[in-house]
Amino acid sequence: MKNLLQTAVVLCGIGFSALLGVAADPAGDPIKIGSLNSMTGGNSTFGQSCDGGIRLAAEERNKAGGVLGRPVEIVTADTESQADKTSLAVGKLIDNDHVISVLGEVASSRTNAAAPICQKAKIPLLTPASTNPKVTKFGNYVFRSCFVDDLQGLWIAKFTANDLKLKRAAILTDIKNDYSTGLTKVLKTEFPKLGGEIIGNETYQAGDQDFKGQLTSLKALNPDIIFLPGYYTEVTSICAQARELGITCPFIGGDGWDSDKTLTNGGAAVEGCYFTNHYDASDPDPRVQAFVSKYKSSHNGETPDAMAVLGYDAANILFDAIDRSKSTEGPAIRDALAQTKDFPGVTGNITIDKNRNAVKPGVVLQIKGGKFMLVKRVEP
Amino acid sequence: MAYVLQNLLNALTTGSSYALIALGYTMVYGVLRLINFAHGDVYMLGAFIGAYVAQILNPSTNGTLAEQSILQALAGIVVAMLICGLIGYLIERIAYRPLRRSPKLSALITAIGVSMLIEYLAQMQWQLPTSVIGFAHSVADTLHLHGGPFSVIRRAIEGRYFGPNTQSYQLIAGTNKSIPWFTDNLHMSVTLKDLIVIGTTAIALGVLRYIVLHTRMGKAMRAVSINYDAARLMGINIDRTISFTFVLGSMLAAVGGCLEGLNHGNLNNPLIGIQTGLKAFVAAVVGGIGNIPGAAAGGLLIALLETAAVMVHDSHNTAILSPYKDAIAFLVLIAVLLFRPEGLFGKAVPEKV
Repeated sequence: MKNLLQTAVVLCGIGFSALLGVAADPAGDPIKIGSLNSMTGGNSTFGQSCDGGIRLAAEERNKAGGVLGRPVEIVTADTESQADKTSLAVGKLIDNDHVISVLGEVASSRTNAAAPICQKAKIPLLTPASTNPKVTKFGNYVFRSCFVDDLQGLWIAKFTANDLKLKRAAILTDIKNDYSTGLTKVLKTEFPKLGGEIIGNETYQAGDQDFKGQLTSLKALNPDIIFLPGYYTEVTSICAQARELGITCPFIGGDGWDSDKTLTNGGAAVEGCYFTNHYDASDPDPRVQAFVSKYKSSHNGETPDAMAVLGYDAANILFDAIDRSKSTEGPAIRDALAQTKDFPGVTGNITIDKNRNAVKPGVVLQIKGGKFMLVKRVEP
Repeated sequence: MAYVLQNLLNALTTGSSYALIALGYTMVYGVLRLINFAHGDVYMLGAFIGAYVAQILNPSTNGTLAEQSILQALAGIVVAMLICGLIGYLIERIAYRPLRRSPKLSALITAIGVSMLIEYLAQMQWQLPTSVIGFAHSVADTLHLHGGPFSVIRRAIEGRYFGPNTQSYQLIAGTNKSIPWFTDNLHMSVTLKDLIVIGTTAIALGVLRYIVLHTRMGKAMRAVSINYDAARLMGINIDRTISFTFVLGSMLAAVGGCLEGLNHGNLNNPLIGIQTGLKAFVAAVVGGIGNIPGAAAGGLLIALLETAAVMVHDSHNTAILSPYKDAIAFLVLIAVLLFRPEGLFGKAVPEKV
């Protein structure tokens, strides 16, 4: 009897909110989604941008009726740019905050730390920006909505060999980060295939301050270009110290360079260097410009970087998947995510393939006049 | 040849930081037979204070990093030395003096505790409460205190200090270009920055040597390190001598921190004291703990070994030992403790039974 009464009340409630229409204010318990990001620490701009993009998407969604009629609440957990703190942070999101899904992290090493935990808890993890191939191999609950480093490394190699026509390259790898070691492996395989030669490989560790030893060795090899597949934090110091030592060749890297700190801390040292990225903020495409102006107005005029737009797209993909699955249960959301096809994101039409990766185009940017300038678009 | 010379220069600049910090470890051990684990964190504090002084005196405009003048850098070093000297004194008074009669283990554990306290306090963002800042501003406005030194004070009050993020240290303008004589004749890059780091370290070492060998306080320090009780019996004020040692060591660490900031332009996070401090500690032990020239030499030696490790390459020009360069210092520590525990410059003191 009591059950019947409860069911009747609930049905009336649903019927009532259905009558209010799609554009009604979302009502009911908020749906909690975790934002696992490095808000502080060495790579703090990554996390802050990504979280900013995620929250922008959530705000928009809530104005348009929420997800499944309920408001979306983003719970941010700070990974402090460290892999061990990431495990703690994702554990807190799942066990304390009871999120139904997690968006993050940006850095592959940290996502690799969070993935097995989410897989075990059957909470879908969607990484907006981790490009290392290992990430989605942890299990069927781990997804990514960006391109993979197998592709990014190939783009870097091709651009260097075919567009810049430079043949003698050296690599400076960050051995502490899977992102960097992964890209290095790809570059070492692909660049020789295009007629180039890897003349040397030096290593450093994220967090190092002094790179003069490695750079002195690189200078002795006299490369045409140096591959620097690292994160912006060390990239700026490396370039500054390289210029001090008299190394004049350009550096080229991947999306780990994307941060306004690369420009402010790098200054003249990074002028003329290149990197591949997920998007170009000055792209005239109306979808891109609409996002850029929305982000600028809610972030003090700050131009969104790739992490912001990827966070935004990933959040929207997740909301869409939850809507399609019509459920807040992990397995159902997972299945819906796996079936994402041609989702209209700002960074392109996104389809999640059978390996739970996204197939997407990219761009090659050059730092010129203290700004990122588009050089070339690259297709998968 | 240029390759070797360049690496030697790198080792010299890195070794300077290790030497300056190692001196603090060795001096405190000499007078107290205590390894002051918090010393590496005093170095970190010195570096950050230098960075903040530069920021307050010379704020950066529109997103680009500002560059400071030699005077501003000097001001940064002096302020860092004063504050770190005070911190060193306070650490000794509050944490170590009460334990002077206790077993050595207690003091050691306390030292680790102080170290962790400083590290974790520094990981938090510190800023005066907005109400206090507002009050300070309204007081300054009513008294019409504007411009010049007051804007500096205002910036200092408004500032956000520490926190887990990377802190940039302003370059001294014009010091990061290679000096042409070296580029042309020796084909190596020697910048004014490198010379400033090495020169300042040399001056600091020279001043220390003068203090230790030619002043009464220095004589007292040496006496206490030779025989604590005899020194007391001779009328030396032990408390004052030990405090002086701590203050001196902390000031040297502060100089080391500021030079590190000037050289590299950024401080990764408040935990830099651990890595560098640990290597400096190894340097002090390798040189002979308690032996002042030994500490300086140890610092240089560790830096040379690290640089040598990075220079090792295989046939594909891949740096094979580079990932392990940090481990080299600790391997040397183990080797020295096994085969020559008194250190390279220390005197083997037989235990009298």
